[in-house]
Amino acid sequence: MTVSEGPAAVPLLSVRGLTKLFGNFAACDAIELDVAAGEIHALLGENGAGKSTLVKMLFGVLEPTAGQILWNGAPVTIRSPGEARRLGIGMVFQHFSLFEALTVAENIALSLDPRISLSKISDEAASLSKAYGLPLDPKAHVADLSVGERQRIEIVRALLQNPSLIILDEPTSVLTPQEADRLFETLFKLKAEGRSVLYISHRLEEVRRICDRATVLRHGKVRGACDPKQETPASLARMMVGSDVAEVHRDETAKLGDVQIEMDSLSVAARTPFAVSLKNISMKVRAGEILAIAGVAGNGQGELFDVLSGEYPVADDNAIRLRGRPVGRLGINGRRLLGAGFVPEERHGHAAVAAMPLSDNLLLARSQSDKRAFLTGGGMSIIRQDAVRSATRRICEAMDVRKSGEDPQAGSLSGGNLQKFIVGRELDRQPAVLVVNQPTWGVDAGAASHIRQALIDLAKAGSAVVVISQDLDEIFEVATSIAVISEGRLSKSYPAGELTLERIGLMMGGIHESHSIPETAHAH
Amino acid sequence: MFEAILLTVITASTPLVVAALGELVAERSGVLNLGVEGMMIMGAVFAFAATRYTGSPYIGILAGIAGGALFSLLFGFLTLTLVANQVATGLALTILGLGLSGQIGESFVGQPGIKLQPISIPLLSEIPFFGKVLFNQDLIFYLSVALIVGIHWFLFRSRTGLKLRAIGDNHGSAHALGIHVVRMRYLAVMFGGACAGLAGAQLSLVYTPQWVENMSAGRGWIALALVVFASWRPRRVLAGGYLFGAVTIGQLHAQAFGIGVPTQLLSALPYAATIVVLIIISHNRRTTLINTPASLGKPFVPDR
Repeated sequence: MTVSEGPAAVPLLSVRGLTKLFGNFAACDAIELDVAAGEIHALLGENGAGKSTLVKMLFGVLEPTAGQILWNGAPVTIRSPGEARRLGIGMVFQHFSLFEALTVAENIALSLDPRISLSKISDEAASLSKAYGLPLDPKAHVADLSVGERQRIEIVRALLQNPSLIILDEPTSVLTPQEADRLFETLFKLKAEGRSVLYISHRLEEVRRICDRATVLRHGKVRGACDPKQETPASLARMMVGSDVAEVHRDETAKLGDVQIEMDSLSVAARTPFAVSLKNISMKVRAGEILAIAGVAGNGQGELFDVLSGEYPVADDNAIRLRGRPVGRLGINGRRLLGAGFVPEERHGHAAVAAMPLSDNLLLARSQSDKRAFLTGGGMSIIRQDAVRSATRRICEAMDVRKSGEDPQAGSLSGGNLQKFIVGRELDRQPAVLVVNQPTWGVDAGAASHIRQALIDLAKAGSAVVVISQDLDEIFEVATSIAVISEGRLSKSYPAGELTLERIGLMMGGIHESHSIPETAHAH
Repeated sequence: MFEAILLTVITASTPLVVAALGELVAERSGVLNLGVEGMMIMGAVFAFAATRYTGSPYIGILAGIAGGALFSLLFGFLTLTLVANQVATGLALTILGLGLSGQIGESFVGQPGIKLQPISIPLLSEIPFFGKVLFNQDLIFYLSVALIVGIHWFLFRSRTGLKLRAIGDNHGSAHALGIHVVRMRYLAVMFGGACAGLAGAQLSLVYTPQWVENMSAGRGWIALALVVFASWRPRRVLAGGYLFGAVTIGQLHAQAFGIGVPTQLLSALPYAATIVVLIIISHNRRTTLINTPASLGKPFVPDR
C-alpha cells in the first residue's frame, strides 16, 4: 500500500543515539527509533521512562545532549517547535498547551502562519474538525470546554499544519471508551492518508489494538521493539516494567457489613461558572465494599469528592452520613476524626505541598486526626518530630515509596511514588471510610497495581471505600460495585459483575439523555 | 467655565491614560511592573532637561519616552533575564526613579520651562465647544487617543497581540509553541516604560511646565490601579482615566468652592473606586478568567 512496507524504504523519522542529560541523570540514553511513513508507532514505557523527554526533543522543546535525528533520511537539527512544525511534525501534548483565556480559533492561530486570517482559520478548523469527526466551535473560549473538547483542539491544531508525523502523548487518558474509539478512527484515517503517528501510551490493550509497531522504553533506554499485535498485554508489560507486574488479587466472597457512607438525594449548586452542579445524588456504601465511580473528567467528580470529604460542607447535615453520623456541615478534620480518610485528585498543591518534605506533608494532613500521636504539650501543639518521622518511614516502607534521601521534598518524588505516599498516608490510619479521587492518574503500572491492591486489602479488612476514577481497567480491577457520574448525576450502583465496558461507556456518555438505559438496567 | 473645567480634566487625565495603557500592555504580557511612578518621573525629568537644552518640547517628548523606556530596561533585565521578583523590583524602581530624578533635576528647580503648544486641527477645531475642547489640544493628548485605538487593535486584532495575550495567559505553553516569551516581554515592558515616560513628559511640558521634585505625585500608582479598574481592557482605560482625572480636578474645585468634604477623602476616591471595581469584577469569575493575564507576575524560566 505505502512505500513503508518495503524493508529498503527510508523511514520518515529515525533517531540515532539520542541522549538527554539533566546533570548526571540520563533521561534518554542513546535512543534508537524508526518510524516508517504511514504507520502508527507506539512508544511504550512507564512514567519516568523517558518518553516525554524523547518527544520533547523531537518537537524542538528540549535540546538533545548527543545523538542525531534523521528526517526522511537527512540529518536535521530541530531547535524550536516552529522548526519541527515546518518539517511536518505535529504534536498533541499530554498536558494541554492551550490558553484558557483565548478562543478555540485564537488558540489554533497561534501555531499557524501569521498571514492566515483568523476567520479563515475558524472556517478551516470547523471543516477539518467535521471531516475527522471532532466537532468544535471555533468561537468558544477554551475555559468553557471539557477536557475531551480541549484535546480535539490540540488534534485539529496539529492537523491544520498538514503534518506527516503526529505525536500523541497519552491521548486516551481523558476520553470515554466511545470517544477513544472515535479518536482511533481519526488515527486510522490519518494512517490511510499516508501520515505517521507516534503514539505514546502505557495502555497496553489500545496499543495492541491500533499500533503497527512498538518501541519500549525503560529507564531512558530502548528495551526492545516489537509488533504489539503479536504480543500479549502481559508480555508487553514485562518489557515495560522489566519484571512481572503483580496482578491485583481480590477475594470475591468478601462479606459486606453495615452502611458506612450514605448520601441522600443531595443537590449542590455549582460554585464557579466552570464547576458542575451535583444533582440529586444518593449512594450507600457498606463496610467491605469498594464503590467505584466511573465518569469522564469534568462531570462532577471533583465536586462530589469535595462534598464527601467536607472540603465544601453542605447546608443539610443529614444529607451525608458517615458511619451513621450526620456530617453534612462537618469540615474535613471533623470527618477525619470519625474515622474517614480522603485522598484528593491533584497530587501537587492539593494532596501535597510540593516544596515541603514528606514528614511535613504527613503532619499537615493528620495533625488533627492523629493529634495524640504527632503533637504534644497540650494546647501548645508542639510537633513530635520523631513520631512524625517514624510514621513517614513506616508509610514509605508499607507503600514501597522510592525516594532519594530520608525525607525529601514531596515535589522531588516521581508522580507514582508521591501518589503511593499520599494514599499510604491515609491507609496508615486504617480508616473505616476512605474516599479517593483518581488514585492512579498518571501513575506507572507498578505503582498503580500496588495502590489498587492496598485499596482492596483495606476493604477486605472491613472499610468502606469509594474510588472515583476515569480508568475503566482500574474500576473493573478493584470495584465490588460500580456507579457512573455524568453531568453531576450519579447513577444507581450496580454489582461490578453486572456491567460491561460498553454499558459503562454509554452511561458515561449521558444517562440523563436517554432514560431507557438505566430503565433496562433495573430489569436485572 | 464648564469648558475650562473640561480642559483641565483632559490635561489631568491624559498622563493617567497614557501611563495606564503602557502598563496594560506590559501586564497583558504577564509582567507586573510596579515601577510606573519611577518611570514616569524619569520621563518627566528627561523631557524637561532635553527641552531646556534644545528649546524644543518635541525633542523633550522624545527624551521623555526614551528616559522611561531606558529605565524600564533596568526592570526588564532584573526580572526577565535575572528572574528577580517582579513586585520587589518594581517597588525598587519607583524608589530609585524618585531619588534619581531629584538628583538629575536639582539644578532645574525653579527654572522656567517651555510649554508644549496646542495644535489646532483645521476645520474640526472650529466646531463650537467640542472643537476647542477636543481638537485644539497638544500632541500628547492626540497620541493618547491614538494609543487607545492602536493598542485595542494590536491586542485583539493583530497576530502579534494574540501572541502577547497568549504569553500573559500561559507562558509555558507559549514557549512550547515557539513564541519568544522573554523577548516579547522585554518589548512589552519597554513599551510600558515608553508610555510612562511620555506621561511624565506631559507632566513637565503640559500640566505644569516646570521641574518640581516628586512632581508625578502618585499618578503612577493611580495608573496601576487604573489597569485593574479597566480589567485589562484598553477602552475601559479611557473611561477610568477620565473618571479619575475628573475626581482629581473636582476635588480642587470643591476646595475652591469651599464644599465641606475633606480633600483627603476626595483624593482617596480613585483608589476607593478601584477597590469597588475589584469587588465587582471578582464576582464575575468568567470575565475575570478571560481578561486577567493568568501568568501575571509569575517568573518564567525556559526549561531548555
